[in-house]
Amino acid sequence: MARARRIATIASAAALAVVLAGCAANTGGSSDTGSGGPSKVDVPEVTTLPVPPNAVKPAGNGQAQCASTTTIAFAGAQSGANAQLGINILNGAQLAVNQHNQANPGCQVQLKKFDTEGDPGKAPGIVTQLVSEQPTIGAIGLPFSGESKATGAIFEQAGLVHLTPSATNPSLTQNGWKTFFRALGNDAVQGPAAAKFITGKLGAKKVCVIQDDSDYGIGLAKTTNDALGAVAADCQDKVTTGQKDFSTVANKVIAAKPDAVFYAGYYAEGAPLDQQLVTKGFTGAFVGPDGVKDDKFIQQAGDASNNAFFTCPCVPGELLPEFADAYKGVSGGQAPGTYSLEGYDSATILLAGIDSGIKDRAGLLNWVTNYDKDGFSKHFKWDGTGELAATTVYGYKVQGGKIVYVGTIG
Amino acid sequence: MPVISTILLAQGHDLLAQGPDWIKFDVGAFLSQFWSDTIDGLAYGAIYALVAMGYTMVYGVLQLINFAHSEVFIVGAYAVFFTLSALGFGTSAPNLGIAALVGDLVLAMLVAMLVSGLVAVLLERVAYRPLRRRNAPRLAFLITAIGASFAIQYAIFAWRGPNPEPAIIMFRPQPVFDIGGVIITSQQLVIFLAAIVLMIVTDQFVNRTRLGRGLRAVAQDPDTATLMGVNKERVIVLTFLIGGVLAGAAALFYMMRVPAGAQFNGGFILGIKAFAAAVLGGIGNIRGALLGGLLLGVIGNYGATLFGNGQWIDVVAFVVLVAILMVRPTGILGESLGRARV
Amino acid sequence: MTTTSDRPKASGSTPATSGRMSMRDRWNSLPRPQQWLLLIPVVVLIYALPVLNPPLLTTEPGTNFPLALFDAARFALIAIGLNVVVGQAGLLDLGYVGFFAIGSYVAALLTSPDSALWHIPYLWTLPLAMVVTMFFGLVLGGPTLRLRGDYLAIVTLGFGEIVRLLATIVGPLKGQVGFQGVGSPPGTNSAGQPIFTTSNGTAWYWLVVTITIAILFLVGNLERSRVGRAWIAIREDEDAAEIMGVATIRFKLWAFVIGAAIGGLSGALFAGQVGFVNNQKFDVPTSVLFLAAVVLGGSGNKVGVVLGAFVVSYVPNRFVELAAYKYLIFGIALIILMMFRPQGLLGARQRLLAYGRQAYLRLVGRPEQVSSDSSLRGEGEKAG
Repeated sequence: MARARRIATIASAAALAVVLAGCAANTGGSSDTGSGGPSKVDVPEVTTLPVPPNAVKPAGNGQAQCASTTTIAFAGAQSGANAQLGINILNGAQLAVNQHNQANPGCQVQLKKFDTEGDPGKAPGIVTQLVSEQPTIGAIGLPFSGESKATGAIFEQAGLVHLTPSATNPSLTQNGWKTFFRALGNDAVQGPAAAKFITGKLGAKKVCVIQDDSDYGIGLAKTTNDALGAVAADCQDKVTTGQKDFSTVANKVIAAKPDAVFYAGYYAEGAPLDQQLVTKGFTGAFVGPDGVKDDKFIQQAGDASNNAFFTCPCVPGELLPEFADAYKGVSGGQAPGTYSLEGYDSATILLAGIDSGIKDRAGLLNWVTNYDKDGFSKHFKWDGTGELAATTVYGYKVQGGKIVYVGTIG
Repeated sequence: MPVISTILLAQGHDLLAQGPDWIKFDVGAFLSQFWSDTIDGLAYGAIYALVAMGYTMVYGVLQLINFAHSEVFIVGAYAVFFTLSALGFGTSAPNLGIAALVGDLVLAMLVAMLVSGLVAVLLERVAYRPLRRRNAPRLAFLITAIGASFAIQYAIFAWRGPNPEPAIIMFRPQPVFDIGGVIITSQQLVIFLAAIVLMIVTDQFVNRTRLGRGLRAVAQDPDTATLMGVNKERVIVLTFLIGGVLAGAAALFYMMRVPAGAQFNGGFILGIKAFAAAVLGGIGNIRGALLGGLLLGVIGNYGATLFGNGQWIDVVAFVVLVAILMVRPTGILGESLGRARV
Repeated sequence: MTTTSDRPKASGSTPATSGRMSMRDRWNSLPRPQQWLLLIPVVVLIYALPVLNPPLLTTEPGTNFPLALFDAARFALIAIGLNVVVGQAGLLDLGYVGFFAIGSYVAALLTSPDSALWHIPYLWTLPLAMVVTMFFGLVLGGPTLRLRGDYLAIVTLGFGEIVRLLATIVGPLKGQVGFQGVGSPPGTNSAGQPIFTTSNGTAWYWLVVTITIAILFLVGNLERSRVGRAWIAIREDEDAAEIMGVATIRFKLWAFVIGAAIGGLSGALFAGQVGFVNNQKFDVPTSVLFLAAVVLGGSGNKVGVVLGAFVVSYVPNRFVELAAYKYLIFGIALIILMMFRPQGLLGARQRLLAYGRQAYLRLVGRPEQVSSDSSLRGEGEKAG
């Protein structure tokens, strides 16, 4: 082995020399840390969020009575690569159930968890099991649009009401499912709002729209492109889930010299894309939707993320201190994530129905269909298809390594 | 069936009439981005090539597709992450002088080489050697490799969770050359040159040294080599070690390009493409791995730009692979390390 | 994970000594009709499983048991198809999922309301999926089957990836958006509800089991025919087979195409049950899982691969609480299994086919001695 070791030493020495040579041209560059992606337009942070004074709380009046078997279910990813979103929602729902059970000794509702891994192939078997358990009278889920498409008909058949706190594909409400309710605005709302934000507040004259291959990214890119019109007409690109090297996309963007890039997809690809764009010299704004709005985005893009803005039909839950503190007790110290508050509100709506004396699926379905009250995140009232009657989109940006709220944008 | 196929064809035309935005022949963009795509392709291809070396050498000696090599690589990426984190690197480029920066990077590379090398050798000891002892069928090796790949990936998953580790920014790339608007950055240069140097060293090692000769002998004919006094077991360990060490080095360069690259399944796709690169060049052939890696890197980029979006990278790469194998069934340069197969 | 009910059968592997061999001998010495007769209760039990829902075996409350069984049956069908390619003809195929995907897309494109194509009844898509995948098998196999071993493996892997990526990229295939409302077989129950719904695992399970049994008969007959003997010859020594006058390329193509057709059939069945097809789950790990089912059960042994498929699909469904650890356990189990039973749970045996069996019994007076060597033994020496 002595020989091998000597060779290894020579190899490393050679590599070292090369690294040295390469970095020689880098003097001063490495110390120049402050120059990462300046945001041209200043959109000031907003630090308060009014809580609707009449928001329904899960605790209720403390007098509720119900059978000890009463169950609501959560179905969504708790393991696998897409787990984080599901866990955010689950923690929110768990918090609501905990608060409810603590306040109502006469009504202990069970929260049953089903792990779909976010996989449309796996979800039908799991949801079939979910609906076959009779004590379950309401459900929260499923988080992703693909698995929601694959399972909506099963819920419909069983007459089991379910609220999705995060599946935003517009077509989900066009299947005639009476049991499907969406606790947030869909992509058809977010796209135009994002377009307005980019051309309005950010003042972009030329925009590149890059989409991933997900149901979500494709739908969002379409609605955003429709609203952007000519400013994005000649700079479009697509990436695939799992892609790590974006050099051709970056080369295209650099050549087009846009003021802003809109990325329709998730942070897993959005973060390295932004990082590589900035590394190649892109100085405009990087705008992403709710799928990109995550602290992981900042971690994975590094200081390149300073140019990032987000749009989201989700409320900044961390600005509601009462909720944020209680949430940390359930999540093991993590701050509320994207859709935590939606999960909390969804569970609250079901719990309020149970507290009102409803004992069966038909009753709870009827309850949600006719629901018309404020929640923490928004006012909940649905139209005939399960779409919220009115929805708001919120704007965010990265500032000092954190996501901060910049006000409503549509 | 002709009726049905006619219907299908007619329907197919209707489908295409919807106006395909998924494919273009954007010759303008291809020409204007040609040099920047080429340079990026070469830099990324060099990383493929380094990883491909591990596949090619193990295959040359054992005729084994070491499916778990991508995990040897990703373990190296974690080693880079932890070393550089400990040295104070983080999500923004550090404020370091040249000497300190080079020192830190070389240290990270050595740690990654060591860790990846050890994992590769351990893999050989724990998973493959018992099979060789038992003279197990060929498929059993492949399944073991797949099992090891799953096991390492999900051991990392159980330890670090599904998300990538935070980004490690090593340095902010600066333009080094500017040839008529074509910019080559320090990052691209470092990756490309360092990878080439490492591969030349390996090539020289295999061709010039006594151990390298032993390695080639075992690849030619293990039994005769043993009779001639070559320690076969030692050669096999050495092969895995070299492959692992090069994968560790590749991990550093990969993290330079993809700062948040340390993820439990982050090596899988890169591993498949590196293996494809090895086959493309001629598996078992060290220079073939280099050629295959660089070729795969640039061709993917050309395809993505020409066809209008980044989703074409892998399709183009695989189509080229299949096409070349049809014309040259043993890869471009043929097999040289391994025995010529009848 | 290997230690459930299969263990007693699978352990004690030394061929000459264990009692299992004698059972196997006895089984092999029975005339075929008697074998069939003995199989009837087994088949009845298999059909009754979703209704019985046996307490220890059930996957509830994690996953609906009939659907878990459907999943296992679908895997079994895939494993039988892949076994023709890998086990019988010895062609290493890492891209089998590509055929599965094509089958799914044929069913989706011709039945889903999301597709612009003409629509046909769902059941017609099953044979059509087989025809289409056979065609792709020919297209892929024709030029590539002259490649040997590992080159073939990487080409098939590339093919599988190309299919998946094209499903993502090519507009009309709708990528991850996918096709909803894929058709299903006709029929309604007494309440007027359709029988074959996404959630009715029992009906789908019975359908797939029936098809699987039919395929087993066909494949079994092929195995005993001239084609099957040619496959074995190719698997054992391609050059010798060629010299002995076996048209190797033609028979390899046959294996490839038949395997492809079965893959396409199972893809179409899968599409019908889920009712939704998109580009997910047609990736390399899935393909590897298919191969693992074949090798785990015993490459070349039909009963073995069915068992392997059952284990691969059932264990993750049964032990859902393992969630994050299941693939870790799966990986380690594969390594350990290959160390101790490299031929799989039920390895393939070299044996006389067709009338050779009876002839041997008459002449020698006892059943043939079945060699326990793995069919792929010879190749192992290369790796040694």
